[in-house]
Parts: sequence; C-alpha cells; structure tokens
Amino acid sequence: MRPEALDAMTRVLANDFGNPSGVHLRARDARALLEDARDRFAAVVGASPHEVVFTGCGTESINLAMRSVSVSSVAASAIEHDAVRETAAAMGRAGVRLTELRVDSDGVLEISALLVSGADLVAVMAVNNEVGTLQPVLDVANHCKASGSLLLVDAVQALSWIDVRPIVGVADFVAFSAHKFGGPKGVGALIVRGGRRIEPLLYGGGQEQERRSGTQNVAGIVAMATAAEITDRNRKADSARIGRLRDRLVDGLVGRIDGCTETVPRNVKVAGSAHVCIEGISSEELLVLLDREGVYASAGSACASGALHVSPVLLAMGVSKERALGSLRLSLGVTSTDTDVEHALAAVPGVVARLRGG
Amino acid sequence: MRVLVAMSGGVDSSVAAALLRDEGHDVAGATLRLWGGSSDSGCCSVADVDDARRVAQQLGIDHYVFNFSDEFETHVVGPYIEAHQAGRTPNPCVECNRHVKFDLFAARARRLGYDAIATGHHVRRVPLPEGGFALGRSADAAKDQSYVVHMIDASVLAACLFPVGDKPKSEVREIARRLGLRTADKPESMDVCFIAKTGGGRRTFLGDRIALRSARIVDTAGRVVGETDAIELVTVGQRRGLGQLGVAEPRYVLDVDVSSSTVTIGTPEESLVDSIELDTVVESIRVAQWPAGLLRAQTSAHGTAFRVTYSSIDEGRARLTFAEPRRRVAPGQTVVLYVDDMVVAGGIAV
Repeated sequence: MRPEALDAMTRVLANDFGNPSGVHLRARDARALLEDARDRFAAVVGASPHEVVFTGCGTESINLAMRSVSVSSVAASAIEHDAVRETAAAMGRAGVRLTELRVDSDGVLEISALLVSGADLVAVMAVNNEVGTLQPVLDVANHCKASGSLLLVDAVQALSWIDVRPIVGVADFVAFSAHKFGGPKGVGALIVRGGRRIEPLLYGGGQEQERRSGTQNVAGIVAMATAAEITDRNRKADSARIGRLRDRLVDGLVGRIDGCTETVPRNVKVAGSAHVCIEGISSEELLVLLDREGVYASAGSACASGALHVSPVLLAMGVSKERALGSLRLSLGVTSTDTDVEHALAAVPGVVARLRGG
Repeated sequence: MRVLVAMSGGVDSSVAAALLRDEGHDVAGATLRLWGGSSDSGCCSVADVDDARRVAQQLGIDHYVFNFSDEFETHVVGPYIEAHQAGRTPNPCVECNRHVKFDLFAARARRLGYDAIATGHHVRRVPLPEGGFALGRSADAAKDQSYVVHMIDASVLAACLFPVGDKPKSEVREIARRLGLRTADKPESMDVCFIAKTGGGRRTFLGDRIALRSARIVDTAGRVVGETDAIELVTVGQRRGLGQLGVAEPRYVLDVDVSSSTVTIGTPEESLVDSIELDTVVESIRVAQWPAGLLRAQTSAHGTAFRVTYSSIDEGRARLTFAEPRRRVAPGQTVVLYVDDMVVAGGIAV
C-alpha cells in the first residue's frame, strides 16, 4: 500500500468508528469522511460524486454493472478478466447471447470484431492484466454510441498507468479496485454514469443510493481515495521511471536467455508490465525456483485451487500452447527499484539454465 | 535431505510431511491438480488443495500446486474411457500412479532440486541384500496400497519415501490429531477421483463422453437370455445388475465382446479358468529367482492373494497359472505378484 493510504486507513480505523448511516456525531463524522473520499475519488477518475458506487472489490463492481442491466446480448473481448468472462458465461447460461471479440497477436482488441457483434452490452478492459496491453476503449466507445450499446470498461489495471478521465467520459460503467493502485484489498468502486438506475446485487439498508447495500468500509474507502489521488498526481513521473526499469529488465532477460522473447511490443502496453515467453521450460517449475530465489513472479492465471492454467489471454493472441507454457510475468510498480531489477536479472537466467539442464 | 511431499489434502500425506519435517528434512509439499472437470469430490478438489495448503502452513513448510490436468487427461482419463469402450475394466488409480505421481511428479521434483519425493501411501520400502529396494506391503494390512503403486521403477523407489507405511492408520490419525492438523479425521477417498459421487456416477460420466451401446446377453450355449443398455458398463466377473435373466442360480459375466455386442454369462462353474495372461508386465524383481510355491497374486486393491506360477511369454507379457481354478480376472484389471509381503511384479489382465 501507499504509505499515505495506509496511514489514512489506520487513522480512520483507530479514531472514526462511527457507522456512516447513523445520525449521531460519530456517525456524521464517518459520513463526512466517506463523502469526502467520494468527492476525491470522483475527481481523480473524472466522474461526479453521485456516480461513484463503492463496492467490495473490482469483481463486485463488474458483476454489479453486468447484472444490473437487462440485456439480451453481451460482447466481451477474448482477453477479459475472469470477472467479466465468468459473469458473461453465467448470463449466457440464462439465455443471453454471447459474443467473444477477437484480439490481434499483440493482444489488442480488433475493432472490426465489434462492428458485427451488435450487442446490447459491450465489456472491454482498459489495460490487460496479464500482458499489459492498452485497449482501444475510445474507439469502442464511439462504436457503442453509434450502435446504442452500453459500455462497461474494466479499468481495474488502468489507474496506475493512464489518466482514466477520458474513458469515464465515454463509458456507461467503469470498474476499479483499490489494491491495484496502492490502496487496500477489499475495496472497489463502480462508476455508474448519468444517474442510471441500476438493480443492486445486494439488498438491505439502501446504502450507496440504493445501489449497494451494506455498511461502507469507511477506512478502506478513505485509503482508496488517498491512494488514487497520489497515483494521479505522480503518474507521469512514476510511469517514466518504472518504464525505464522495465526496459532494463526485459532487455536483460531477452539478452541473457536463449529462446526468451518479449510477448508483446512495448509501444502497445503500460510501463509496469514485463512479459516474456521462455522456450523449453515450464512456468510452473520456473516460479517454484524463482520463489526460492526471492523473485515473486506469476505466469498464466491461477484457478481457485492455485493451479496454473495455460493463459487464455496468450492463446487468444495466437501464441502456441508450447510457448505459452513457458510464460513469465514480472510486474513492476512504484516500489520497484534498480536493486529489484538487478536481483531478477541475476536469478532468472540461472534458474532457466538449471531447469533446462535437469 | 530435500524432500518434496505429494500432499493430497488427506490425513496420510499430511502426516507424511509432518514426520519428515520432524526428522529434520528440508520439506516442501505439492498438491497435484489433476482433474479440472465437474467432480469436486475426488482427490484433487479445491477443498482438498485448501486442506493441503493449510496443513503445510501449520507445519511451516512451503506448498505448491502443480497442474498436471493435461497429462492426467492423456494418461488416465482418456485411457479409462477407451478401456470401457473396448469392454475392459481399467484401474485408473494404477495408471495415475504409473504416469503421473511416480513419473511426472518425480521428474519435476528432480528438476527442482529435491533429493527425494514422498507420498502418504501405505507401503514400505524393503532394502534388498544386493542393494536397492523392493516395494513392501504396509504395516497396516487393511490399508495396504502396494497393489496400486506396484509399478514404481527401482530408480524412482530409490528416491521415494513412504513415512506412514510402517504405521497403522489409527496411529497416523493420532499423530494428526496431536499436531492439530485439520485433516486428522477426514474420511478416506475411495472412489475414482474424477467421477462425481452424485449424479449417476460412472454411467453419467461415460455416457457424457461416449455413446453407450446396448448388447445382447447370451449363455454359454449361445441362447439370448437378456439385454443390457450399456455394454461399456459391464465387467467380467460381474454377478448383479444385468436385469432379469430368467434363471434362479447365480450367473457371472464370462466375457464382454463389444465387436459383436455380446455379453456372455455362465454358471459359477463355467466362470472358472486355470490361467490368465498379463500384458504391460513390470518385473520389479526377477520373478524366476523365487522357488515355486512362494509366488502369490492379488487381483484387486484389497483382495486376498493366492498361489500362482508365473511364466514369461515375452517382453512385457506373462502367463499366470492358478493352483486351482478361479474366476477369470476382468481384462484391464491389474494383477500384482508378491513373495511374502514384497512386490515382485505386476501386469494387466488380457
């Protein structure tokens, strides 16, 4: 977490225990903190405070958006997060028509795929969580406007790397998650544009303007707003610095390991994403040995049991299964340093050599 | 030693990891994700992975999850379906041990720098006078699993530990309770792990994947006495579940011939044979060196072993002759040969 966000959160937890829905002084104090956080978060994402619905996570935000509207068809890109894919699949089982939108070999949505979908609801992520590619959200929004489709943008991965205001300006729903930009886990937000009435997932006390019942996580929300503000303020400088670290890391890996290639070109992705495919090894084994060397990496996507699957994102991009089995994802963020990059560059080539030798 | 323990989320492998840790080994645990299908009741469900992970946390050891679901499909589930389709009766647990647990898992452990693997199987390693090890039965005869792991290669066995094999199950549970492990009183998994217990079991599983075919049931004189709607579900030796056959005495399935869609049944006397042939024979220890009379065969996981003589036919094939006539072993079933409590060979009934 961002230290400022952590500090804000612990102060609220220690001092402001009131329930924001109450009427007494303590409750009013908590409500003031909540609404102040709402104003601040709304300003960072370019929404009006009334449009901000605080939720429990990004997945809830996405579920709320997709299941709050009555639609007969949904189109989503082939590289969406499971939160979108599985919600769409559930809607499909209930009779909604589903269309999967193709991506190109760089992992970027093909707009032409959208032109023929004719869906009531289109779900597209702003930044892919695995390979870091930026998606043509504004083009998608133009198309949706022309065809009268609703647009949900999963911006969970976006806030650290891009100014989301232009996206919020054109979408109907935009989903966020606090822990992706230095806030705590267990807090998210859904931007519901234009005062649209939505059917809640959770019924109860009618909090969040009857869009999400349940006592708000005031401390977490305050921390999220704090983290969002700092992220927004430092984005340009952070992004440039992290991009340089990423370039060194990826250039070093590609240069030092035979059969190691960068998965997507850097000009289509965000600064914190380093993704390579390494021939002749299994990611599952690579991650175990890297873990022992103090390098905490990921590959593909993990299922509920924690087992790794061949990444559906890579397969959708047309990467062969063999190549996808040797994928390695190293994520960089505001806390990443030169020392971290040195450490990874010292560890990965040796581990790969060991696995190939074994 | 650095030891990687295959932790299923059951009590045996939990205790195996605990015992090795307490002996001072550098222990990590790994749970194999084998089946991504709808069954969540078997040895690789999410809840079981959670149990294994939690036990590892309680023991203070690292825990990994390995996804071998593609290999499991290729080596276990696919052949299981093909065997039923061909009228045989497969042992999927044997094939899983053969191809996944004591092959892929052991190879991965070696690549990751482990000196040995360990499992919670109730079997023992018996040191041989000439060096190396043989596989021996568990100290707890009722829980012995040597039948399903008989095929372990000598080179794998040399680097494979079975910490609970010399303990009765009650003691294993007692150790787990003493350590406060959440798996201490967990029931044992008994059935085929990839087939859900509810919702029609084997019939539904196979019916979803292959077309089940009807077949006529005939007696040994060739008279049609009944019909089955799924020949793929009929097993040689089966006595029940064939419907009304119009005869009072017990009848056993003698033969399943899918090519002519015929199930042949017969009287108990007609079901007896003098010998059977095995293929896929693995001789862990040269069988010929044992004096006649010592060799015993076991034809199911917890069956009673009986006297046989063994004659090798050629590479991987052998004939077992029974001391007295016995009911035919269903084709596809594993047969394991023992001298006393030691596994000397195993194969698959033809």
